[in-house]
Amino acid sequence: MKLPPFEYAAPATLKEAVALLASHGGEAKPLAGGQSLMPMMAFRIAQPSLLVDLRKLPDLKSIAIDKDGVRLGAMVRWRDIQDDKRLAQAHPLLQAAIAHVAHYQIRNRGTVGGSVCHADPAAEMPGIALTCDAEMTVMGKGGQRVIKAADFFLGALTTALQPDEILIEVKLPAWPAGRRFGFQEFARRRGDFAMAGIAVFYDPDAGGTASNAHVGVIGVGEKQRRLGKAEAAINGSTLDEAAIAKASAAASAEVEPQDDIHASAAYRRALTGTLLERALKSAAG
Amino acid sequence: MTTKFEVNGKQVEVDVEPRLTLADCLRQNLRLTGTHIGCEHGVCGACTVLVNGDAVRSCLMLAVQADGAKVVTVEGLSNDADLTPLQKSFRKHHALQCGFCTPGFITTAHALLTEEPDCDADRVREVLSGNICRCTGYISIVEAVLDARSAYKKDGAR
Repeated sequence: MKLPPFEYAAPATLKEAVALLASHGGEAKPLAGGQSLMPMMAFRIAQPSLLVDLRKLPDLKSIAIDKDGVRLGAMVRWRDIQDDKRLAQAHPLLQAAIAHVAHYQIRNRGTVGGSVCHADPAAEMPGIALTCDAEMTVMGKGGQRVIKAADFFLGALTTALQPDEILIEVKLPAWPAGRRFGFQEFARRRGDFAMAGIAVFYDPDAGGTASNAHVGVIGVGEKQRRLGKAEAAINGSTLDEAAIAKASAAASAEVEPQDDIHASAAYRRALTGTLLERALKSAAG
Repeated sequence: MTTKFEVNGKQVEVDVEPRLTLADCLRQNLRLTGTHIGCEHGVCGACTVLVNGDAVRSCLMLAVQADGAKVVTVEGLSNDADLTPLQKSFRKHHALQCGFCTPGFITTAHALLTEEPDCDADRVREVLSGNICRCTGYISIVEAVLDARSAYKKDGAR
């Protein structure tokens, strides 16, 4: 469908952008790449009165890497993440996950900030942000604040972002050398929404015993979430076959999957365990 | 609102409602009807155009967002006299039947081959997964794109 009518502004400063958002009583929306918002508007799921295009704002397009981690500007595109050769070392899990985001043309416009704020339960970037304990820096009328991923994602398409706030940066903590990781996702066609996806990492000691396990699941249940019981099964183990089976069973038991036209709840539950098993095997290998 | 951008090498200035997509602007305001509109929500890929060299869905972009950009549509890939090697390859391999999706496949494949003239069949399939064709079954399209690679290795364009 054609889009519903709205006003449009492309401010040159963040301050102006925030003021514009605040001036429309919660009915204005920031526009980043538009790859989720525009379809939502075509379907009349979203009908903002004003779109505040972020394309002219400086400094939101860079990927900064230092000893504290990786800082992704809100307007960084999937394409930019795939093309950045530094990330193969600085955050290999991010690159592995982003390879599953949507299709070629979408990856040329879709952004980190747009995906994180859209907060689709099946989307890769919110799942990675949550799994990796990311911190979101947002800017509002009162200035900046930092929100931890665990407090940011509240439910399907719902975040802690206020209507007059703009996400400016997602910070992923530093990725130590020697960390093991895996990312597995299943969709009928690569690039489509995940029926389930698993992100996992852990830090093995010299003897191969895992600690600091993080397991995140997307596409299953009403939001992206960590799987604490699966993490507990990984920590302290050497990821032998028995430990992987235990973690995988724990993950299947822990999720609260939904039925929909794409897959049944029972299928998603089984798939979650299978994907964790594959992710852990690829992490070890 | 006024928006100015370059289309197929020519500067244009149009006065549009903010809600007008780039796809509709190209077809209605600029009469460039080679860009086809299928789903209008970013799923089918028929409306793919190049914006600053990148293949994007013109139904998921506002005309006002194109301000200052360089846009190339399927019309901009060839001159009137002759088909491009990519287009010739589509004909040779019977990579179209009804032709509705073809502009999207041509623009997408052109962007891919311009950047990655050495891409393999898996990469072609992955990239074209964002375009839907209900006639051909894709096999002939993939063959056409693979066969056109040699033309891009020589001069890097067309």
